[in-house]
Amino acid sequence: MTKSIMIVGVGGQGSLLASTLLGKLLVNEGYDVKVSEVHGMSQRGGSVVTYVRFGDKVYSPIIDMGTADAIISFEKLEAGRWAPYLKEGGVIITNTQQIDPMPVVIGAAEYPENILEELSEKADVVALDALTLAEEAGSPKAVNIVLMGRLAKTLEIPVESWKAALKSVVKPQFIDINLKAFDLGYNS
Amino acid sequence: MKELLIGNAAVARGLYEAGCSIVSSYPGTPSTEITEFAAKYDEIYCEWAPNEKVAMEVAFGASLRGKRACCAMKHVGLNVAADPLFTLSYTGVTGGLVICVADDPGMHSSQNEQDSRNYAKASKVPMLEPSNSAEALAFTKLAFELSEEFDTPVFIKMCTRVAHSQSIVETSERVMPPEKPYEKNPQKYIMMPANAKKRHPFVEERCEKLTEYANTADINFEEKGTSGIGVITSGTCYQYVKEVFGDEASILKLGMVYPLPTERIKSFAKSVDKLYVVEELDGFIETHVKALGIDCVGKELFSCIGELCASVIAEKFGKEVPAHITMETEIPMRPPVMCAGCPHRGMYYTLKKNNITVLGDIGCYTLGAVAPLNALDSTLCMGASVSGLHGFNKAGGEDTEGKTVCVIGDSTFMHSGITGLVNISYNASNSTVIILDNSITGMTGHQQNPTTGYNIKGDPAAKIDLETLCRAVGINRIRVVDPYDLKACDEAVKEELKAKEPSVIISRRPCVLLKSVKAKPSLKVSPDKCRSCKMCMKLGCPAISMHEGKADIDTTLCVGCGVCTQMCKFDAILGGESHD
Repeated sequence: MTKSIMIVGVGGQGSLLASTLLGKLLVNEGYDVKVSEVHGMSQRGGSVVTYVRFGDKVYSPIIDMGTADAIISFEKLEAGRWAPYLKEGGVIITNTQQIDPMPVVIGAAEYPENILEELSEKADVVALDALTLAEEAGSPKAVNIVLMGRLAKTLEIPVESWKAALKSVVKPQFIDINLKAFDLGYNS
Repeated sequence: MKELLIGNAAVARGLYEAGCSIVSSYPGTPSTEITEFAAKYDEIYCEWAPNEKVAMEVAFGASLRGKRACCAMKHVGLNVAADPLFTLSYTGVTGGLVICVADDPGMHSSQNEQDSRNYAKASKVPMLEPSNSAEALAFTKLAFELSEEFDTPVFIKMCTRVAHSQSIVETSERVMPPEKPYEKNPQKYIMMPANAKKRHPFVEERCEKLTEYANTADINFEEKGTSGIGVITSGTCYQYVKEVFGDEASILKLGMVYPLPTERIKSFAKSVDKLYVVEELDGFIETHVKALGIDCVGKELFSCIGELCASVIAEKFGKEVPAHITMETEIPMRPPVMCAGCPHRGMYYTLKKNNITVLGDIGCYTLGAVAPLNALDSTLCMGASVSGLHGFNKAGGEDTEGKTVCVIGDSTFMHSGITGLVNISYNASNSTVIILDNSITGMTGHQQNPTTGYNIKGDPAAKIDLETLCRAVGINRIRVVDPYDLKACDEAVKEELKAKEPSVIISRRPCVLLKSVKAKPSLKVSPDKCRSCKMCMKLGCPAISMHEGKADIDTTLCVGCGVCTQMCKFDAILGGESHD
């Protein structure tokens, strides 16, 4: 069975480390893995998405609507944008952070305040203040690892394997902060 | 060793393992990482060339000297390199020569979605198309062997989904091909008519031999399915077809998309009840299949516009597609924007304020086209802003000369803006060219270029001086402004547009994302002083927004550029240090 995980957010939020960690972990666990992202124009503060798929044999590198087992969102509006990709019974794990897109900034559109309410009515949603947890761990940049910690709780991969993979993808001086961020996410 | 690599890194690994000695490229999404990863191997000489034509000619020279060589580019870059390509097909190679071209169906980061397979056919150069990273590595190595065996350059055709998705590869050691001493061979390499006439029949014979090869090669393979459905496909579409059908459909998977394996297609068609061709963009394979007199279904089902995916294919085959959530809440778009502190912003604001017509070019600064700046009037291709401005002013005369400029980045100017400037000078149009010099190739992810003073490895290199260069082609009015200084920008634009001769304004400040650029402390708004006039909002800076009726600055984004401070008539924006 192939599993599909989407990591979504705003360009520049650090989804790269999250997908690198997942890729490393899943290869270590012996899965066939594909990790797909788009570079270039979309990275300049635009909406960004990374597709991670794993299983015995993975074909498509991308995830279609209605097929994602989990959507990890770094920002709550993005959780709403990509929600149609979630499959029935899937889970959305989202940071509660709000980052206004340019149309909202210039007053051409409104940020939908009720986005999490609607999402919760339609899907299994785990909303957490990953930014505060990351700051508690020692760096606001660790939002990505907080969210990965929460994801770990939904996947059947031993926590030790996660931590081993985490240690291998971050610089030695940041290991402690990231391990703490992971635990805070896992226990949230 | 097993590794998870993006397709482009796998191509680079293939270059390394095949004993490739030289790589010359111009960056372009989604091809850029091929050369970036190749440059990590000290055994391969890598460089950023000023443009794709130069890059391909460098690869030609290296091949002529007997070394394995490569150039990589995005699909539109191949247009620039088309001139050497068509005759390279005639000369053939000495050392293996591989041309990597990356298409961008869906235009994630491109101005069109042309299908590079048409170039393979038009230039009669074989093309391999990997469908994942393992194939990207293997096909790159094979491409060098085919290049030398058949005396031809060979294309590796990537697309965004193969170039930028990671999958597992098995790496091996680098093996160097035998040394080839240089031998002069005028009949093969001097393409004047008498020699070229003899080479053309060789090219036609080579196509026939390559077709024979394609009929038996392992990279074209069949998978027998359980139903009568037969699908011919290649590249990333193969992955989608497998996702939809598993073992249900019979598949002829083409690793070589030019020339096509005629006999194999015929026998495959006979073995199935109904034949489909699943390919992105043009009906390239379909046209060939139909020309063989074989009935098949292709573009009538699968659009030639944008990307395909498993769901679209499933739906077209009448299969059930999964239900999905529909959001009632309207989700505002989140388009990419120019960064907080982007040096282009000050110049764009100046142009917008003065109601100037602006012919634009290709790069981060194309983002100046979106609200609230809406500063651009056109974007065509690399360099077209400069040449287009000349044409615009020749057509418009005094009506346009005083109120039209073009904007072009430093890297794009070196790529193909300089020739347009030569034309402005030589054919005397009263045009004002603005070079947005942020001292890096920005949009593709910070590659060095001839104006930065560093090479691909980050080592010091000759630095082309833009002022001297512009002066050398005959421009007398050249001035440099700091785009963080709105008053200076305004004066420069007004004065140069007023002048009765061609001029160049160099709007110079390094990209704010460069590691060498240190951010200044964030600015902040004094709510007491803010009169809610929203002047600062006209800049379209992502760090500034309105909260509870007052301007507010996001301290995590603000780099203290101070452009908004100059907009505020009430001194409500506090903090800030002067810039050097």
